[in-house]
This record gives sequence, C-alpha cells and structure tokens, in this order.
Amino acid sequence: MNEQHAHDEQSHPGVGTYLIVAAVLTIITLVEVGVFYVPAFEPVLAPILLVLSAGKFLLVVAFYMHLKTDHRLFSVIFTVPLLIAIAVAVALLFLFGVFALPSGA
Amino acid sequence: MTTHADAMHHTSTGLDNRKIGFWVFIGSECLLFGSLISTYLVYQGKSVVGPTTQILNIPLTSVSTFVLLMSSLAMVLALAAVTRGDKVWGRVWIAATAVLGMIFLGFQAYEFNHFVHLGLTLRTNLFGSTFFVLTGTHGAHVLVGVIWLWTLFVRSLQGKLGPDKAMNVELCGLYWHFVDVVWIVIFTVVYLLR
Repeated sequence: MNEQHAHDEQSHPGVGTYLIVAAVLTIITLVEVGVFYVPAFEPVLAPILLVLSAGKFLLVVAFYMHLKTDHRLFSVIFTVPLLIAIAVAVALLFLFGVFALPSGA
Repeated sequence: MTTHADAMHHTSTGLDNRKIGFWVFIGSECLLFGSLISTYLVYQGKSVVGPTTQILNIPLTSVSTFVLLMSSLAMVLALAAVTRGDKVWGRVWIAATAVLGMIFLGFQAYEFNHFVHLGLTLRTNLFGSTFFVLTGTHGAHVLVGVIWLWTLFVRSLQGKLGPDKAMNVELCGLYWHFVDVVWIVIFTVVYLLR
C-alpha cells in the first residue's frame, strides 16, 4: 500500500497546477462579486452565479481533492450522496413553493 | 512504533480503507450540508421581522472566502511537501493552512458579533435561525479542521510526519477541501443569491 500511495502521488497534479487552480479560483471569486454589483446582470444573476460556483466546486474537487486522477471508486462514493443531496434540495424547494411548476402541469 | 507498511495491508479493492472510509464520511457530510442549505432556502424571505439578508457584508465575506480558498492551496502544498519528505516546508504549509483557517474563523466571529449587535440572533426570525445554524455548523467544521492541522503540526515537530505518514495529511486535506467547497456553495447561495 506504500506503493499505492506512491502511485497516487505520482498521479497527483504538480505544484504548478495547484497554483494555476488557485489563480483561477481567485479570478472566479472576483467575477462573482463583480457580477453581483453590476445591475445589468440582475436578470441572469442566479444562473451566472450558480455556474461560476459549480466551476469553483469542480476545480477544488477535481484537482485539490484529486478526484480527477484518483481511483474512480472515490468519485462514485462522493458523487452519489452529492446527487441525492441536490435531489432532496430541489424536491424541498418544490414542496415548499420556492420553485413552482407551470399551471396545468 | 508501527510503520506505514505495517499499518497498511492488502485490501480487496487495492485501495487504502481509511481513504475509502473518509470519502464515505464526506458523502454523509454532503447530505448534512445539503439539508441545512435546503432549509435556509426554503425559509428564505418567509420571516421579515428584524434584520434579514440586507445586513450581509459582501466585501468582508469575499475576503474571508479568498482566505479559505488560499488555505486550500496551502493544504495541497503541505501534502506535496510531506510526500516528498520536505519536513520544513511541510510544517510551514500545515501551519499556514491552520493560520488561514483561524483568520477565517476570526472573520466569522466578527460577523456573528456584528449581527448580534444589529439585533439578529438565532431567535429573531427564520433568517437568523437558518443562517446561524448553517454558517455556525460550517464554522464548527473549520474549527475541527484547525485543531486537526495543529495536531499534524505537532506530530511534524516530533518528527513523526514523514512521507510514510503522508496519508494522514491527505485525509486531513480531503476534510479541509470539503469544508472549502461547502463554503463555496454557502457564499453563493446565502451571500450572493438573495
């Protein structure tokens, strides 16, 4: 298993990649805050912020948590409960009327 | 002393059982934070007595978000240093991660204190209840992470955090990065989408 960890480390991204990811995360955060303060983006604020947030989430999970290069089993173990959590959240938002189905649906 | 080779053993998956177990734990944490975020969203705008989202300080929270993102960078650099046997830089980056985590907690303590002075507590309204429970639970996770990091730092000072113990740092890193991604979601959902 020592070899397993050595193998894992060899497949982990290098310091250069970590720095690039940090720079991208910083830029996305600045864009998020910038978009928040620009009135022109108000109608599309939610989708823009959700996409940017999802991008940051994926970058950290893929590169810093090494899911991009680690064994796929770890991705499955993480993704299944994550999808359940998202499904529960969406269901609750519909149940409590935060989201509404079109009339007649 | 138990060596890494002794502690590790062949598994049916060929993967470290501690790492599999830790990912299962992180999966369960997704459900915990998913339920807390859902609760916040469900009750958003349902109770408007007293202070609500207008008191949130975006510039301040943007800085604390940046601090937490940089702590994740320090954490991966710590893992890289420990793995290559660089004890000094391993120690430096572990300490840097812990200090950045403490700075984040300082921001949160300031924010909570400020909100209480503005009249927002757990009991004021549904916003106060869901906001403090959600961000407070996250803050408690950060605190646990900071304690874990200082524990690793002490182990490093004792000379017990060599490359053979890199998995200990990796598991702490997984926890720390998860706390970071949870904050990424909270920052967007609570602070920016209101």
